[in-house]
Amino acid sequence: MTIDHDALIVGSGGAGLWAALELAKAGVDAAVITKMYPTRSHTGAAQGGVCAALGNQEEDHWEWHMFDTVKGGDYLVDQDAAEILAREAIETVIELEHMGLPFNRTPDGRIDQRRFGGHTRNFGEGPVRRACFAADRTGHMILQTLYQQCIKLGVRFYDEYHVVDLLFEGGEANEGGRAAGVVAYRIADGELHTFRARSVLLATGGFGRMFRITSNAWSLTGDGCALAYRHGVPLEDMEFYQFHPTGIVGIGILLSEAARGEGGYLLNDAGRRFMEDYAPTLMELAPRDMVSRAIYQEVRAGRGIGGKDYVFLDLRHLGREVIEEKLPDITDFARIFEGVEPLKEPVPIQPTAHYAMGGIPTDVHARVTRDAGNAVVPGLYAAGETACVSVHGANRLGTNSLVDLLVFGRRAGRQMVADIGGLDRPVIAVDAAEPVRLEIEALRSRTKGETAHRIRTDLATVMMDNVGVYRDDDLLTSALRTVRDLRARYRRVAVQDTGRTYNTDLLEARELGYLLDCAETTVVAALARKESRGAHSREDYPERDDANFLTHSLAHWTADGPTLSYKPVTITRFEPKPRTY
Amino acid sequence: MQVEVKILRYDPERDAKPHWESYRVEADPKGDRVLDLLHRVKYEQDGTLTFRRSCAHGVCGSDAMLINGRNRLACTMRVEQLGRRITIAPLPGLPVVKDLVVDMDDFFAKYRSVQPYLANDAPPPERERLQSQEDRARYDDTTKCILCAACTSSCPSFWAQPGYVGPAAIVNAHRFIFDSRDEGAEERLEILADKDGVWRCRTIFNCTDACPRGIHITQAILEVSAAIVDRQG
Repeated sequence: MTIDHDALIVGSGGAGLWAALELAKAGVDAAVITKMYPTRSHTGAAQGGVCAALGNQEEDHWEWHMFDTVKGGDYLVDQDAAEILAREAIETVIELEHMGLPFNRTPDGRIDQRRFGGHTRNFGEGPVRRACFAADRTGHMILQTLYQQCIKLGVRFYDEYHVVDLLFEGGEANEGGRAAGVVAYRIADGELHTFRARSVLLATGGFGRMFRITSNAWSLTGDGCALAYRHGVPLEDMEFYQFHPTGIVGIGILLSEAARGEGGYLLNDAGRRFMEDYAPTLMELAPRDMVSRAIYQEVRAGRGIGGKDYVFLDLRHLGREVIEEKLPDITDFARIFEGVEPLKEPVPIQPTAHYAMGGIPTDVHARVTRDAGNAVVPGLYAAGETACVSVHGANRLGTNSLVDLLVFGRRAGRQMVADIGGLDRPVIAVDAAEPVRLEIEALRSRTKGETAHRIRTDLATVMMDNVGVYRDDDLLTSALRTVRDLRARYRRVAVQDTGRTYNTDLLEARELGYLLDCAETTVVAALARKESRGAHSREDYPERDDANFLTHSLAHWTADGPTLSYKPVTITRFEPKPRTY
Repeated sequence: MQVEVKILRYDPERDAKPHWESYRVEADPKGDRVLDLLHRVKYEQDGTLTFRRSCAHGVCGSDAMLINGRNRLACTMRVEQLGRRITIAPLPGLPVVKDLVVDMDDFFAKYRSVQPYLANDAPPPERERLQSQEDRARYDDTTKCILCAACTSSCPSFWAQPGYVGPAAIVNAHRFIFDSRDEGAEERLEILADKDGVWRCRTIFNCTDACPRGIHITQAILEVSAAIVDRQG
């Protein structure tokens, strides 16, 4: 059946929900489509805080936040976007407080703020208290608060509808087409629904599930990125993937950077704060790419704990009060998942795949762009981790993911309101859902062959081993070969569950296809970038090369695999400099 | 070690009624959690086994289920807490969609019915509203709710009276009633003074035992009840 709305939002994390609020406030007929219940979205797993230069604890300025963001991103950040991020962070955090978010408070009742990695005073002099927080469940409170406001304004939700295709009118995105709707699979009964709309926002989050050890939820399979890519939208800067330094050993669950923001130490086997050797000014609060590399170097040099592949996060000296009031959840995670008591013992940690800096290219109004000239795809928008504005460049600073989804989720909603009058109701074919219906039926009827789980496990292993913190030509070339083999195997993937009711076997197989697209574009872009910048560390090209690579990559879909083009970085206030901390 | 996992299975397309199936699974009692065992069954033995899960570390609320007779999150229950025989069934008192998946629509409708959002129509100041640390602490406990439904579906009063709004909805009303910035307490207390509101609570404490976030739910319900009495007095 076909359902009409003026605006569709795919994804119910922070970006999607804030956009929905803006549309609802303006009286636009909008609906949120989500493959889960909205409160399950991964925004809710964010822990430590959201940075905004409120200056509640000490002097701070948005220009400092902007500078830190640009330097943290190793100068690949588009500075017009970073300026907007740092300026509008302040008003979005205030607006969240007005919506009811229960921030921790200073003794005089203002929003409390703490230190976070890479956030400094006066252009790098030392750490600054910029991260606003609600204990160590800031993302949980953001997600809850935005969902509560959506309930207040009567936003329409389609819960547990899995978007499986995007619809365009007048050709694919790269042929001048415009967004016209989506096709969604209702998980409860397997029915396909065609949604027609004048505009569509993609806010489906990241794709950390392509790595074996990840902080990401099972749901993060790159749906929005892959669907846009298949319809002619290039994917930008896919080679930049962040590994967070402090994941629980073996399973990757995150222990927030707030642990270091509150003063936690990183120790090697000799009990030494090894960050002294890598970032003498910021120490443990250096940006994540540098800390993750430092941990790998310590492990390689045999200074991992007991010679193994992890180091210690030590919180003991913080005292019971700070730990229980400001870091209650993550200390519970250490207890539950590692059996370690952080009040008494140091916690074993190792880097974990965490965040995609790359994604669907957009301008600062969250409009999706399709080429190096930033030509806009009419009616199509993206925000949050799905999008690449690019405010994170080659490496995102802690808390800036929340800042990004708040600032650009809000901007997306406002832009959709502004544009809606100029977008008429698109014409879509009566059988618009037919191509994806055939794909899904083919998958449902194939019961002999390999399971999606086996292919996904092989994918996650090769991505972790070959496309992780350190890379080189050999590792990447071999990874590309493996990913292409996996693609061939995927064409014969089989399901055991052929039913229509709540078929997660089928949907996981479908999601694996999205992960393969994200992985292939990541490897191809990583092979071509023969330099080291931010999170992309090539041991065969250890230096940053501004002469050749101060540029964003764009991976375009072709039948033979991705092809690359490049687009310039926007530099306004801060010229690239060597990056030391 | 080997663990026997008994799961209550139900596929409406094939089964007239739910039935138990047993699976033998290799488990590391220290490291493995119930969710790992469910994955092992699904990926190595029977791909039709169906359950919800997402974050896998106890913050998204997707995978609450009845584990050895108690409502727990599969992702945070360690095998060593459970022993060699583990029984898993869907949350009680909610309609089963398939296997361990229950229909959550009524649960969320009840959540929405208590106006779970800050009510304050006064024009906000240019900066944040001020709130003292004491006022912030007053409702801290109930901000932790992840809407997993472990509490509501463990409540005998809810089983007996499915119209009961249930502990989770009351917890979320509490979160706003005791927030110094909120002005909607009157209306919320009115809603909860209804026959399907707080008075259905018999202080059985199942909800408090079930809560994976350690929220003092029964206490929150009693505080809301007391606020209703105060207001009527």
